[in-house]
Amino acid sequence: MGAATAIQASYFIAAALFIFGLKRMSSPVTARSGIVWAGVGMVVATLITFLTPGMSNYGLMTVAIAIGGIAAWVTGRRVAMTNMPQMIALYNGMGGGAAAAIAAVELFAGNVHGPSVLILGVLGGIIGAVSFSGSLIAFGKLQGLIKRSFRFRGQNIVNLLILTGTLVAGAVVVLYAPGPVTLLFALALVLGVTMTLPIGGADMPVVISLYNALTGLAVAFEGFVLNNAAMIIAGTVVGSAGTLLTQLMAKAMNRSLANVLFSGFGETAAAGATGPAGTLKAIETADAAVMLGFSEKVIVVPGYGMAVAQAQHKVWELCQALIARGVTVKFAIHPVAGRMPGHMNVLLAEAGVPYDLIYDEAEINSEFETADVALIIGANDVVNPVARTDKSSPIYGMPILNADKAKNVIVIKRGQGAGFSGIENALFYLDHARMLYGDGQAKAAELVQAVKAL
Amino acid sequence: MIDGFIALYIFMLAAFTGYEVIARVPVILHTPLMSGSNFVHGIVLVGAMVAMGRAEGPLELTIAFLGVVLAAGNAVGGYAVTERMLEMFKSSKGKR
Repeated sequence: MGAATAIQASYFIAAALFIFGLKRMSSPVTARSGIVWAGVGMVVATLITFLTPGMSNYGLMTVAIAIGGIAAWVTGRRVAMTNMPQMIALYNGMGGGAAAAIAAVELFAGNVHGPSVLILGVLGGIIGAVSFSGSLIAFGKLQGLIKRSFRFRGQNIVNLLILTGTLVAGAVVVLYAPGPVTLLFALALVLGVTMTLPIGGADMPVVISLYNALTGLAVAFEGFVLNNAAMIIAGTVVGSAGTLLTQLMAKAMNRSLANVLFSGFGETAAAGATGPAGTLKAIETADAAVMLGFSEKVIVVPGYGMAVAQAQHKVWELCQALIARGVTVKFAIHPVAGRMPGHMNVLLAEAGVPYDLIYDEAEINSEFETADVALIIGANDVVNPVARTDKSSPIYGMPILNADKAKNVIVIKRGQGAGFSGIENALFYLDHARMLYGDGQAKAAELVQAVKAL
Repeated sequence: MIDGFIALYIFMLAAFTGYEVIARVPVILHTPLMSGSNFVHGIVLVGAMVAMGRAEGPLELTIAFLGVVLAAGNAVGGYAVTERMLEMFKSSKGKR
């Protein structure tokens, strides 16, 4: 068996392992083994590539792998779970940058021949470069390095012009290869920046997911250039899976993808300025503990505010104390709780909450009517009933958790203030809603003591 | 060699595969799965290695070097964070 056959066979095995791994990752029971299988595929493919005939620069290549690999491993192991979305953006951008680098090297070297392969190579390079610079901006925004959203009139037109310029440069490269390769990549990198800068932080997860799909596509296209089946298959699988994930996320946030990409959020929020009727009614910790401790069923609705206050461990402790008293406890997770869909589940899992106590919106919404208490911690917009009733509200039509249908509602909140979207929450003003003001972690800890003392 | 319609067939089948694999996934796994698919396109590393292996001259070599660094970061970082997240998913019915 020659080296070429061994390489092809290994790539085949790697591609199969990637698909098998992704399939296993789609169920919580088998998810852990899924990433391990995919990892095995990656190691096999990487090692066998060293045997590729006619290669040189092995020393530098090993150094490059060590630099990138060690830096990523150290950061990936250390990053806090709350910062996971921006880390994914960063690693994804690196993949896009790598795809663009492949395109650049092959174009400069004149290794790309034939019109169809040239077109794919150039397209992959553009997409990879956009994904690279765009993901870096997304990382900067979520990490808090870039605080403002840069918007100006005619922004979409400017972006359209840069896109047109990029495509023209790409066409010239295809016709007169290598042509203006440097200009092509410069324009593509600028496009990624100007496309991403105007998008607000709340919409960033959808954008990261989109760039993830785009990187997959870029990798697949460069796979055609290099005649590498593993890259074509893995890249295409990620491209289509990522597109679907992006759509699911946008749907969960009640936005269309076009809406996320081409319009800012926050401008419309001032519209429905008439506040809800009623007053906010505060409750003391001891009373809240009695209410919770003598319930039959409590549904906890956590939001990103809980994660910011690092309260998830104390909240789980509280739930364990309630479960010990025979109370049925369930967690209700809105698709966009946390920074991206599923992020809250990761944060709860970190605190040790078993995933079979966690329910998504569709599973649990009918259960609120039978719940004695809905305990809301750090969630706001996702439980605001105006989404069902007030057509003038910016969040009208967004699927929400029906916490207002519970017999009692307790809201743990730092102070009186509107949610992420800047909208007053009508739920807090309902007759059966009580506000427990204070830091999420401190209040949860007090509740644990009070419930245990009952 | 992969060319012409064979390439198109591979592209189409892989696209359907990706769609089907994700189609019925519960929302609770969206973040880890996005991270997992992020890891899978880390296969770009093998491409970056091949491109570097035949790069000549300082310009090509520099770009290729950066490409391999970035690709290795994608693959290793993607694995590290995905594995960390999935490791935490546990059932209340024992079997840790």
